Amino acid sequence: MLLSAGFCAVHFVMNCQPPNRLSLSLLSVNNLSCIKRDRILFEELGFAMQPGELLHVQGPNGAGKTSLLRLLVGLSLPDSGTILWRGEDVRRTSGLYQSELCYFGHKLGVNLALSAIDNLRFWCRMQGLPAGQDLYPLLEILGLVGLEELPAGQLSAGQQRRIALARFWLKSCPLWVLDEPFTALDRQAVKLLKSRLAAHLQNQGIIIMTSHQSLDFPMPVRELHLEYRL
Amino acid sequence: MMARLTGLLGREMTLAYRQKSELIQPLIFFVLVISLFPLGVGPGPQMLQKIAPGVIWVAVLLSSLLGMERLFRDDFSDGWLEQMMLSGLPLYAVVLVKVTAHWLTCVLPLLLISPLLALFLNLTPAMYVALLCSLLIGTPLLSLVGATGVALTLGLQRGGVLLSLLLLPLFIPLLIFATSAVDAASMQLPYNGQLAIIGALLLLALALTPIATAHALKISQN
Repeated sequence: MLLSAGFCAVHFVMNCQPPNRLSLSLLSVNNLSCIKRDRILFEELGFAMQPGELLHVQGPNGAGKTSLLRLLVGLSLPDSGTILWRGEDVRRTSGLYQSELCYFGHKLGVNLALSAIDNLRFWCRMQGLPAGQDLYPLLEILGLVGLEELPAGQLSAGQQRRIALARFWLKSCPLWVLDEPFTALDRQAVKLLKSRLAAHLQNQGIIIMTSHQSLDFPMPVRELHLEYRL
Repeated sequence: MMARLTGLLGREMTLAYRQKSELIQPLIFFVLVISLFPLGVGPGPQMLQKIAPGVIWVAVLLSSLLGMERLFRDDFSDGWLEQMMLSGLPLYAVVLVKVTAHWLTCVLPLLLISPLLALFLNLTPAMYVALLCSLLIGTPLLSLVGATGVALTLGLQRGGVLLSLLLLPLFIPLLIFATSAVDAASMQLPYNGQLAIIGALLLLALALTPIATAHALKISQN
Protein backbone atom coordinates (compact mmCIF):
# COMPACT_ATOMS: atom_id res chain seq x y z
CA MET A 1 0.00 0.00 0.00
CA LEU A 2 2.75 2.33 1.08
CA LEU A 3 4.79 1.29 -1.91
CA SER A 4 2.03 2.00 -4.37
CA ALA A 5 1.37 5.38 -2.77
CA GLY A 6 5.03 6.22 -3.18
CA PHE A 7 4.90 5.15 -6.79
CA CYS A 8 1.88 7.33 -7.40
CA ALA A 9 3.67 10.32 -5.92
CA VAL A 10 6.65 9.81 -8.18
CA HIS A 11 4.36 9.41 -11.16
CA PHE A 12 2.53 12.58 -10.22
CA VAL A 13 5.72 14.58 -9.89
CA MET A 14 6.95 13.25 -13.22
CA ASN A 15 3.70 14.22 -14.86
CA CYS A 16 3.68 17.65 -13.28
CA GLN A 17 7.23 18.79 -13.65
CA PRO A 18 7.78 19.33 -17.32
CA PRO A 19 4.52 20.84 -18.58
CA ASN A 20 6.25 23.97 -19.74
CA ARG A 21 8.56 22.07 -22.02
CA LEU A 22 5.88 19.66 -23.22
CA SER A 23 3.26 22.25 -23.98
CA LEU A 24 5.69 23.85 -26.39
CA SER A 25 6.07 20.73 -28.51
CA LEU A 26 3.05 18.91 -29.85
CA LEU A 27 4.94 15.73 -30.53
CA SER A 28 7.98 14.65 -28.60
CA VAL A 29 9.95 11.47 -29.00
CA ASN A 30 12.29 10.28 -26.28
CA ASN A 31 14.93 7.54 -26.28
CA LEU A 32 13.25 5.66 -29.08
CA SER A 33 14.95 2.49 -30.26
CA CYS A 34 13.99 -0.19 -32.71
CA ILE A 35 15.50 -3.64 -33.14
CA LYS A 36 14.65 -5.81 -36.15
CA ARG A 37 16.04 -9.33 -36.50
CA ASP A 38 18.82 -8.71 -33.98
CA ARG A 39 19.91 -5.58 -35.83
CA ILE A 40 19.63 -2.24 -34.09
CA LEU A 41 18.04 0.13 -36.59
CA PHE A 42 18.32 3.13 -34.32
CA GLU A 43 18.57 3.74 -30.60
CA GLU A 44 18.09 6.62 -28.21
CA LEU A 45 16.48 8.66 -30.90
CA GLY A 46 14.81 11.81 -29.62
CA PHE A 47 13.28 14.88 -31.16
CA ALA A 48 10.41 17.27 -30.58
CA MET A 49 8.17 18.86 -33.16
CA GLN A 50 6.49 22.24 -32.91
CA PRO A 51 3.47 23.28 -34.99
CA GLY A 52 4.45 24.35 -38.48
CA GLU A 53 7.52 22.12 -38.70
CA LEU A 54 8.48 19.51 -41.26
CA LEU A 55 10.83 16.67 -40.43
CA HIS A 56 12.50 15.08 -43.43
CA VAL A 57 13.78 11.63 -42.48
CA GLN A 58 16.65 10.57 -44.69
CA GLY A 59 18.95 7.60 -44.95
CA PRO A 60 19.93 4.70 -47.18
CA ASN A 61 17.63 1.74 -47.88
CA GLY A 62 17.24 -0.43 -44.81
CA ALA A 63 18.23 2.31 -42.39
CA GLY A 64 14.86 2.13 -40.64
CA LYS A 65 12.97 5.09 -42.05
CA THR A 66 9.75 3.20 -42.59
CA SER A 67 10.13 1.47 -39.22
CA LEU A 68 10.47 4.86 -37.56
CA LEU A 69 7.31 6.19 -39.21
CA ARG A 70 5.35 3.06 -38.29
CA LEU A 71 6.49 3.47 -34.67
CA LEU A 72 5.45 7.12 -34.71
CA VAL A 73 1.89 6.42 -35.85
CA GLY A 74 1.54 3.51 -33.44
CA LEU A 75 1.32 0.65 -35.93
CA SER A 76 4.21 -1.11 -34.21
CA LEU A 77 5.58 -0.78 -30.71
CA PRO A 78 9.06 0.51 -29.89
CA ASP A 79 11.56 -1.71 -28.10
CA SER A 80 12.17 1.17 -25.73
CA GLY A 81 11.32 4.83 -25.44
CA THR A 82 8.16 6.87 -25.51
CA ILE A 83 6.23 8.97 -27.98
CA LEU A 84 4.28 11.82 -26.43
CA TRP A 85 1.45 13.66 -28.17
CA ARG A 86 0.31 16.81 -26.37
CA GLY A 87 2.33 15.54 -23.40
CA GLU A 88 0.55 12.20 -23.23
CA ASP A 89 1.88 8.77 -24.11
CA VAL A 90 0.28 7.81 -27.43
CA ARG A 91 -0.37 4.27 -26.23
CA ARG A 92 -2.73 5.63 -23.56
CA THR A 93 -4.77 8.06 -25.63
CA SER A 94 -7.11 5.29 -26.85
CA GLY A 95 -7.76 6.44 -30.37
CA LEU A 96 -7.49 10.18 -29.75
CA TYR A 97 -3.98 10.34 -31.19
CA GLN A 98 -5.04 8.35 -34.24
CA SER A 99 -7.90 10.76 -34.89
CA GLU A 100 -5.36 13.58 -35.10
CA LEU A 101 -3.05 11.99 -37.63
CA CYS A 102 -3.16 10.92 -41.23
CA TYR A 103 -0.77 8.24 -42.48
CA PHE A 104 0.34 7.40 -46.00
CA GLY A 105 2.44 4.25 -46.11
CA HIS A 106 3.97 1.89 -48.64
CA LYS A 107 0.73 -0.06 -48.68
CA LEU A 108 -1.82 2.37 -49.99
CA GLY A 109 -5.00 1.07 -48.39
CA VAL A 110 -6.72 1.30 -51.76
CA ASN A 111 -8.83 -1.73 -52.60
CA LEU A 112 -8.28 -2.73 -56.21
CA ALA A 113 -11.81 -4.07 -56.70
CA LEU A 114 -13.45 -0.84 -55.55
CA SER A 115 -13.63 2.35 -57.59
CA ALA A 116 -11.71 5.48 -56.64
CA ILE A 117 -14.81 7.17 -55.36
CA ASP A 118 -15.92 4.15 -53.31
CA ASN A 119 -12.45 3.82 -51.80
CA LEU A 120 -12.55 7.43 -50.64
CA ARG A 121 -16.17 7.34 -49.56
CA PHE A 122 -15.68 4.29 -47.33
CA TRP A 123 -12.49 5.75 -45.90
CA CYS A 124 -14.38 8.94 -44.98
CA ARG A 125 -17.15 6.94 -43.33
CA MET A 126 -14.64 4.92 -41.34
CA GLN A 127 -12.92 8.09 -40.19
CA GLY A 128 -16.26 9.59 -39.17
CA LEU A 129 -15.92 12.44 -41.67
CA PRO A 130 -19.13 13.88 -43.11
CA ALA A 131 -20.14 11.23 -45.64
CA GLY A 132 -22.29 13.49 -47.77
CA GLN A 133 -19.47 15.72 -48.92
CA ASP A 134 -18.98 16.02 -52.62
CA LEU A 135 -15.85 14.19 -53.69
CA TYR A 136 -15.90 15.22 -57.36
CA PRO A 137 -14.14 18.60 -56.97
CA LEU A 138 -11.35 16.80 -55.15
CA LEU A 139 -11.08 14.17 -57.87
CA GLU A 140 -10.81 16.98 -60.37
CA ILE A 141 -7.92 18.54 -58.44
CA LEU A 142 -6.19 15.16 -58.38
CA GLY A 143 -6.76 14.50 -62.07
CA LEU A 144 -8.95 11.47 -61.57
CA VAL A 145 -12.05 12.75 -63.33
CA GLY A 146 -13.48 10.20 -65.74
CA LEU A 147 -11.76 7.39 -63.88
CA GLU A 148 -13.76 7.59 -60.68
CA GLU A 149 -16.06 4.64 -61.43
CA LEU A 150 -13.35 2.26 -62.69
CA PRO A 151 -12.03 -0.37 -60.30
CA ALA A 152 -8.78 0.96 -58.86
CA GLY A 153 -7.01 -2.16 -60.15
CA GLN A 154 -7.39 -0.87 -63.70
CA LEU A 155 -5.63 2.41 -62.92
CA SER A 156 -1.90 3.04 -63.13
CA ALA A 157 0.36 2.95 -60.08
CA GLY A 158 0.56 6.74 -59.97
CA GLN A 159 -3.21 7.11 -60.19
CA GLN A 160 -3.69 4.62 -57.36
CA ARG A 161 -1.33 6.66 -55.24
CA ARG A 162 -3.31 9.79 -56.05
CA ILE A 163 -6.41 8.09 -54.65
CA ALA A 164 -4.57 7.36 -51.42
CA LEU A 165 -3.12 10.88 -51.26
CA ALA A 166 -6.64 12.35 -51.51
CA ARG A 167 -6.92 11.62 -47.79
CA PHE A 168 -4.75 14.65 -47.08
CA TRP A 169 -7.41 16.82 -48.68
CA LEU A 170 -10.29 15.10 -46.88
CA LYS A 171 -9.19 14.90 -43.27
CA SER A 172 -8.05 17.99 -41.45
CA CYS A 173 -5.71 16.94 -38.67
CA PRO A 174 -2.49 18.37 -37.25
CA LEU A 175 -0.07 15.51 -37.88
CA TRP A 176 0.71 14.12 -41.31
CA VAL A 177 3.04 11.15 -41.71
CA LEU A 178 4.07 10.27 -45.26
CA ASP A 179 6.34 7.46 -46.38
CA GLU A 180 7.88 8.13 -49.80
CA PRO A 181 4.88 10.07 -51.12
CA PHE A 182 6.53 11.16 -54.37
CA THR A 183 7.24 7.68 -55.74
CA ALA A 184 5.50 6.96 -59.07
CA LEU A 185 3.90 10.41 -59.21
CA ASP A 186 4.29 12.57 -62.30
CA ARG A 187 5.77 16.06 -62.10
CA GLN A 188 2.43 17.78 -61.92
CA ALA A 189 1.25 15.57 -59.04
CA VAL A 190 4.52 16.12 -57.16
CA LYS A 191 4.01 19.87 -57.51
CA LEU A 192 0.41 19.57 -56.34
CA LEU A 193 1.38 17.51 -53.30
CA LYS A 194 4.22 19.86 -52.39
CA SER A 195 1.92 22.86 -52.45
CA ARG A 196 -0.55 20.94 -50.28
CA LEU A 197 2.23 20.13 -47.79
CA ALA A 198 3.35 23.75 -47.74
CA ALA A 199 -0.21 24.91 -47.05
CA HIS A 200 -0.43 22.44 -44.18
CA LEU A 201 2.75 23.83 -42.63
CA GLN A 202 1.38 27.33 -42.95
CA ASN A 203 -1.72 26.18 -41.06
CA GLN A 204 0.56 25.16 -38.18
CA GLY A 205 0.47 21.47 -39.03
CA ILE A 206 3.27 19.00 -38.49
CA ILE A 207 4.66 16.83 -41.27
CA ILE A 208 7.01 13.90 -40.88
CA MET A 209 8.04 12.33 -44.13
CA THR A 210 10.67 10.25 -45.85
CA SER A 211 11.84 10.95 -49.36
CA HIS A 212 14.94 10.32 -51.40
CA GLN A 213 14.27 13.49 -53.37
CA SER A 214 15.37 16.85 -52.07
CA LEU A 215 12.43 18.93 -50.92
CA ASP A 216 12.88 22.40 -52.34
CA PHE A 217 10.47 24.01 -49.93
CA PRO A 218 10.29 27.74 -49.30
CA MET A 219 10.10 27.16 -45.54
CA PRO A 220 12.81 25.67 -43.32
CA VAL A 221 12.94 21.88 -43.23
CA ARG A 222 14.40 19.90 -40.36
CA GLU A 223 16.36 16.87 -41.36
CA LEU A 224 16.94 13.61 -39.55
CA HIS A 225 19.61 11.31 -40.91
CA LEU A 226 19.42 7.63 -40.12
CA GLU A 227 22.50 5.58 -40.86
CA TYR A 228 22.59 2.02 -42.00
CA ARG A 229 24.04 0.14 -39.04
CA LEU A 230 25.27 -3.43 -39.02
CA MET B 1 -19.15 5.19 -33.61
CA MET B 2 -22.02 2.99 -34.78
CA ALA B 3 -22.27 4.99 -38.01
CA ARG B 4 -18.57 4.43 -38.66
CA LEU B 5 -18.89 0.70 -38.01
CA THR B 6 -21.93 0.34 -40.26
CA GLY B 7 -19.90 2.19 -42.87
CA LEU B 8 -17.29 -0.56 -42.60
CA LEU B 9 -20.00 -3.20 -42.92
CA GLY B 10 -21.28 -1.40 -46.00
CA ARG B 11 -17.82 -1.55 -47.52
CA GLU B 12 -17.59 -5.30 -46.94
CA MET B 13 -20.99 -5.83 -48.55
CA THR B 14 -20.05 -3.71 -51.57
CA LEU B 15 -16.81 -5.64 -51.94
CA ALA B 16 -18.66 -8.95 -51.72
CA TYR B 17 -21.03 -7.77 -54.44
CA ARG B 18 -18.08 -6.78 -56.65
CA GLN B 19 -16.38 -10.14 -56.13
CA LYS B 20 -19.39 -12.38 -56.62
CA SER B 21 -17.43 -15.17 -58.30
CA GLU B 22 -15.22 -15.62 -55.26
CA LEU B 23 -18.28 -15.94 -53.08
CA ILE B 24 -19.99 -18.47 -55.31
CA GLN B 25 -17.00 -20.84 -55.31
CA PRO B 26 -17.44 -22.14 -51.73
CA LEU B 27 -21.15 -22.50 -52.38
CA ILE B 28 -20.62 -24.64 -55.49
CA PHE B 29 -17.98 -26.65 -53.65
CA PHE B 30 -20.50 -27.29 -50.88
CA VAL B 31 -23.19 -28.48 -53.30
CA LEU B 32 -20.75 -30.64 -55.25
CA VAL B 33 -19.31 -32.40 -52.21
CA ILE B 34 -22.77 -33.24 -50.93
CA SER B 35 -24.09 -34.38 -54.29
CA LEU B 36 -21.07 -36.68 -54.67
CA PHE B 37 -22.00 -38.68 -51.59
CA PRO B 38 -25.17 -40.32 -52.94
CA LEU B 39 -23.13 -41.28 -56.00
CA GLY B 40 -20.30 -42.67 -53.91
CA VAL B 41 -22.09 -44.60 -51.18
CA GLY B 42 -25.10 -45.66 -53.23
CA PRO B 43 -28.61 -44.24 -53.25
CA GLY B 44 -29.98 -46.30 -50.34
CA PRO B 45 -32.26 -43.85 -48.46
CA GLN B 46 -31.54 -45.40 -45.06
CA MET B 47 -27.80 -45.21 -45.51
CA LEU B 48 -27.93 -41.60 -46.75
CA GLN B 49 -30.13 -40.54 -43.86
CA LYS B 50 -27.65 -42.09 -41.44
CA ILE B 51 -24.59 -40.29 -42.79
CA ALA B 52 -26.34 -37.02 -43.70
CA PRO B 53 -25.61 -34.93 -40.56
CA GLY B 54 -21.91 -35.73 -40.66
CA VAL B 55 -21.64 -35.16 -44.40
CA ILE B 56 -23.38 -31.80 -44.33
CA TRP B 57 -21.42 -30.52 -41.37
CA VAL B 58 -18.04 -31.64 -42.73
CA ALA B 59 -18.92 -30.02 -46.06
CA VAL B 60 -19.82 -26.78 -44.25
CA LEU B 61 -16.51 -26.86 -42.38
CA LEU B 62 -14.46 -27.40 -45.52
CA SER B 63 -16.26 -24.87 -47.69
CA SER B 64 -16.13 -22.22 -44.98
CA LEU B 65 -12.37 -22.80 -44.78
CA LEU B 66 -12.16 -22.06 -48.51
CA GLY B 67 -13.40 -18.52 -48.07
CA MET B 68 -11.89 -17.94 -44.66
CA GLU B 69 -8.72 -16.24 -45.89
CA ARG B 70 -10.81 -13.47 -47.42
CA LEU B 71 -11.41 -12.22 -43.88
CA PHE B 72 -8.16 -10.28 -43.56
CA ARG B 73 -5.75 -11.34 -46.33
CA ASP B 74 -6.67 -8.64 -48.87
CA ASP B 75 -6.89 -5.94 -46.23
CA PHE B 76 -3.47 -6.95 -44.98
CA SER B 77 -1.81 -6.90 -48.38
CA ASP B 78 -3.37 -3.68 -49.72
CA GLY B 79 -2.88 -1.73 -46.49
CA TRP B 80 -6.53 -1.24 -45.54
CA LEU B 81 -5.80 -3.05 -42.29
CA GLU B 82 -3.29 -0.31 -41.38
CA GLN B 83 -5.86 2.35 -42.17
CA MET B 84 -8.44 0.57 -40.00
CA MET B 85 -5.97 0.35 -37.14
CA LEU B 86 -5.25 4.07 -37.48
CA SER B 87 -8.92 5.03 -37.66
CA GLY B 88 -9.16 5.29 -33.88
CA LEU B 89 -11.97 2.70 -33.79
CA PRO B 90 -11.54 -0.06 -31.19
CA LEU B 91 -9.99 -2.97 -33.05
CA TYR B 92 -12.20 -5.62 -31.47
CA ALA B 93 -15.27 -3.81 -32.80
CA VAL B 94 -13.70 -3.72 -36.26
CA VAL B 95 -13.03 -7.46 -35.95
CA LEU B 96 -16.66 -8.10 -35.02
CA VAL B 97 -17.81 -6.15 -38.08
CA LYS B 98 -15.49 -8.16 -40.32
CA VAL B 99 -16.71 -11.44 -38.82
CA THR B 100 -20.35 -10.42 -39.24
CA ALA B 101 -19.72 -9.51 -42.86
CA HIS B 102 -17.94 -12.82 -43.45
CA TRP B 103 -20.81 -14.77 -41.93
CA LEU B 104 -23.40 -12.89 -43.97
CA THR B 105 -21.57 -13.25 -47.26
CA CYS B 106 -19.84 -16.63 -47.01
CA VAL B 107 -21.86 -18.74 -44.59
CA LEU B 108 -25.44 -17.56 -44.86
CA PRO B 109 -25.71 -18.71 -48.53
CA LEU B 110 -24.76 -22.22 -47.38
CA LEU B 111 -27.62 -22.16 -44.90
CA LEU B 112 -30.03 -20.90 -47.52
CA ILE B 113 -29.22 -23.69 -49.93
CA SER B 114 -29.45 -26.42 -47.30
CA PRO B 115 -33.17 -27.31 -47.93
CA LEU B 116 -32.11 -28.58 -51.34
CA LEU B 117 -29.43 -30.74 -49.78
CA ALA B 118 -31.88 -32.11 -47.25
CA LEU B 119 -33.73 -33.53 -50.24
CA PHE B 120 -30.55 -35.08 -51.66
CA LEU B 121 -29.79 -36.87 -48.42
CA ASN B 122 -33.31 -37.93 -47.49
CA LEU B 123 -33.55 -35.96 -44.24
CA THR B 124 -36.80 -36.13 -42.29
CA PRO B 125 -38.42 -32.77 -41.45
CA ALA B 126 -37.46 -33.17 -37.78
CA MET B 127 -33.83 -33.79 -38.73
CA TYR B 128 -33.90 -30.83 -41.05
CA VAL B 129 -35.10 -28.50 -38.31
CA ALA B 130 -32.37 -29.78 -36.00
CA LEU B 131 -29.76 -29.36 -38.72
CA LEU B 132 -30.84 -25.80 -39.42
CA CYS B 133 -30.77 -24.92 -35.71
CA SER B 134 -27.29 -26.39 -35.29
CA LEU B 135 -26.06 -24.55 -38.40
CA LEU B 136 -27.61 -21.28 -37.25
CA ILE B 137 -25.91 -21.41 -33.85
CA GLY B 138 -22.78 -23.21 -34.93
CA THR B 139 -21.62 -21.37 -38.05
CA PRO B 140 -21.02 -17.96 -36.39
CA LEU B 141 -18.59 -19.89 -34.21
CA LEU B 142 -16.72 -20.95 -37.37
CA SER B 143 -16.35 -17.33 -38.47
CA LEU B 144 -15.27 -16.10 -35.04
CA VAL B 145 -12.63 -18.76 -34.43
CA GLY B 146 -11.61 -18.66 -38.09
CA ALA B 147 -10.88 -14.93 -37.80
CA THR B 148 -8.38 -15.60 -35.02
CA GLY B 149 -6.70 -18.29 -37.13
CA VAL B 150 -6.50 -16.03 -40.18
CA ALA B 151 -5.10 -13.16 -38.10
CA LEU B 152 -2.43 -15.44 -36.63
CA THR B 153 -1.27 -16.68 -40.05
CA LEU B 154 -1.35 -13.29 -41.81
CA GLY B 155 2.38 -12.72 -41.70
CA LEU B 156 3.10 -16.02 -43.44
CA GLN B 157 3.46 -16.24 -47.18
CA ARG B 158 1.48 -19.43 -47.64
CA GLY B 159 -0.71 -19.68 -44.62
CA GLY B 160 -3.51 -21.64 -46.30
CA VAL B 161 -2.62 -25.18 -45.31
CA LEU B 162 -1.41 -24.12 -41.89
CA LEU B 163 -4.72 -22.37 -41.35
CA SER B 164 -6.62 -25.62 -42.00
CA LEU B 165 -4.29 -27.54 -39.68
CA LEU B 166 -4.80 -24.90 -37.03
CA LEU B 167 -8.57 -24.58 -37.30
CA LEU B 168 -9.97 -28.03 -38.07
CA PRO B 169 -9.01 -29.56 -34.69
CA LEU B 170 -10.68 -26.61 -32.96
CA PHE B 171 -13.92 -27.38 -34.77
CA ILE B 172 -14.10 -31.01 -33.55
CA PRO B 173 -16.29 -30.28 -30.47
CA LEU B 174 -18.69 -28.28 -32.63
CA LEU B 175 -18.86 -31.12 -35.17
CA ILE B 176 -19.55 -33.73 -32.48
CA PHE B 177 -22.37 -31.81 -30.79
CA ALA B 178 -23.94 -30.60 -34.02
CA THR B 179 -24.13 -34.03 -35.63
CA SER B 180 -25.30 -35.55 -32.38
CA ALA B 181 -28.18 -33.04 -32.29
CA VAL B 182 -29.33 -34.11 -35.75
CA ASP B 183 -28.92 -37.78 -34.83
CA ALA B 184 -31.07 -37.25 -31.76
CA ALA B 185 -33.71 -35.59 -33.92
CA SER B 186 -33.73 -38.60 -36.25
CA MET B 187 -34.61 -40.80 -33.27
CA GLN B 188 -37.33 -38.38 -32.07
CA LEU B 189 -35.24 -37.51 -28.99
CA PRO B 190 -34.83 -34.01 -27.54
CA TYR B 191 -31.68 -32.22 -28.70
CA ASN B 192 -31.83 -29.04 -26.61
CA GLY B 193 -28.76 -30.15 -24.65
CA GLN B 194 -26.51 -30.30 -27.70
CA LEU B 195 -27.78 -26.95 -28.97
CA ALA B 196 -27.23 -25.41 -25.53
CA ILE B 197 -23.61 -26.57 -25.54
CA ILE B 198 -23.05 -25.14 -29.03
CA GLY B 199 -24.68 -21.92 -27.81
CA ALA B 200 -22.32 -21.82 -24.84
CA LEU B 201 -19.35 -22.33 -27.16
CA LEU B 202 -20.63 -19.51 -29.35
CA LEU B 203 -20.99 -17.10 -26.42
CA LEU B 204 -17.52 -17.96 -25.18
CA ALA B 205 -16.08 -17.36 -28.64
CA LEU B 206 -18.04 -14.12 -29.00
CA ALA B 207 -16.54 -12.84 -25.77
CA LEU B 208 -12.94 -13.94 -26.25
CA THR B 209 -12.01 -14.34 -29.92
CA PRO B 210 -12.42 -10.67 -30.99
CA ILE B 211 -9.83 -9.71 -28.36
CA ALA B 212 -7.48 -12.49 -29.46
CA THR B 213 -7.97 -11.60 -33.13
CA ALA B 214 -7.35 -7.90 -32.47
CA HIS B 215 -4.12 -8.75 -30.68
CA ALA B 216 -2.99 -11.11 -33.45
CA LEU B 217 -3.65 -8.35 -36.00
CA LYS B 218 -1.51 -5.94 -34.01
CA ILE B 219 1.30 -8.49 -33.94
CA SER B 220 1.00 -8.99 -37.70
CA GLN B 221 1.96 -5.33 -38.17
CA ASN B 222 5.25 -5.65 -36.31
